[in-house]
Amino acid sequence: MNGRKGTGSRGGRAGAQTKDGAQRRPMFRRRKVCKFCADKIDDINYKDVKLLMPFVPERAKVLPRRISGTCAMHQRKLRLAIMRARQLALLPYTAE
Amino acid sequence: MSSRKYELVYIVSPDATEEQVADLHAQVEAIAQRLNGQIEKTDNWGRRKLAYEIGPHKEGIYVLEEIAGDGELMKEIDRRLKVTDLVIRHLVVRVDEERSVIDRARTLRTETSRRRRVARGLPPDRQPGEGQRGDGDDDRDDRDDAGLDG
Repeated sequence: MNGRKGTGSRGGRAGAQTKDGAQRRPMFRRRKVCKFCADKIDDINYKDVKLLMPFVPERAKVLPRRISGTCAMHQRKLRLAIMRARQLALLPYTAE
Repeated sequence: MSSRKYELVYIVSPDATEEQVADLHAQVEAIAQRLNGQIEKTDNWGRRKLAYEIGPHKEGIYVLEEIAGDGELMKEIDRRLKVTDLVIRHLVVRVDEERSVIDRARTLRTETSRRRRVARGLPPDRQPGEGQRGDGDDDRDDRDDAGLDG
């Protein structure tokens, strides 16, 4: 095991490094934090279009949690607020 | 016992005149009074572009009313607005419960932060110019975590 490691160390490590370099660099990102927890926003209100806008990008769909990093509780409240805002034509249902 | 609070937002057709908008408000108020309700606040947002077209309309006049009353009252208002042609869209939302939840969350947080600050031997309220450092510390913690992961 030792010998193998010794002989193959250079090539192996170099290979691993390039692999890591190719794979891990793009993987490295800042930990996502729920915007509403971080900013201590208690009230996710359907009238606050400015607050909701970043969560309904381009296609006007609700931005999923895995992308925005919003926590479950706030995502639920956010969803409700977006749905209400849509009824009042403050936010679009779809982009044409 | 019926101390519920509702928010009513209705969108009036952009062709409506000032008097017609005022008239609608008067109608809502009349229904509220008839059924033991009360309008606590009125807010006219004015003309706004709609996010999507509703029928022929591309913009509308938004009016927000805060109403204290019971479900029967809101049912009646809802019914009346539905048959009013001048109103192109409306929404009734009950707000008293949500507001109490928000208030509770807010007081809970300030209380815990105060308690912790006192436990650390600091004055209970944040001093001016203190927030910056705390935020910076949080950022550094995040970066350390990410570094360990990578």
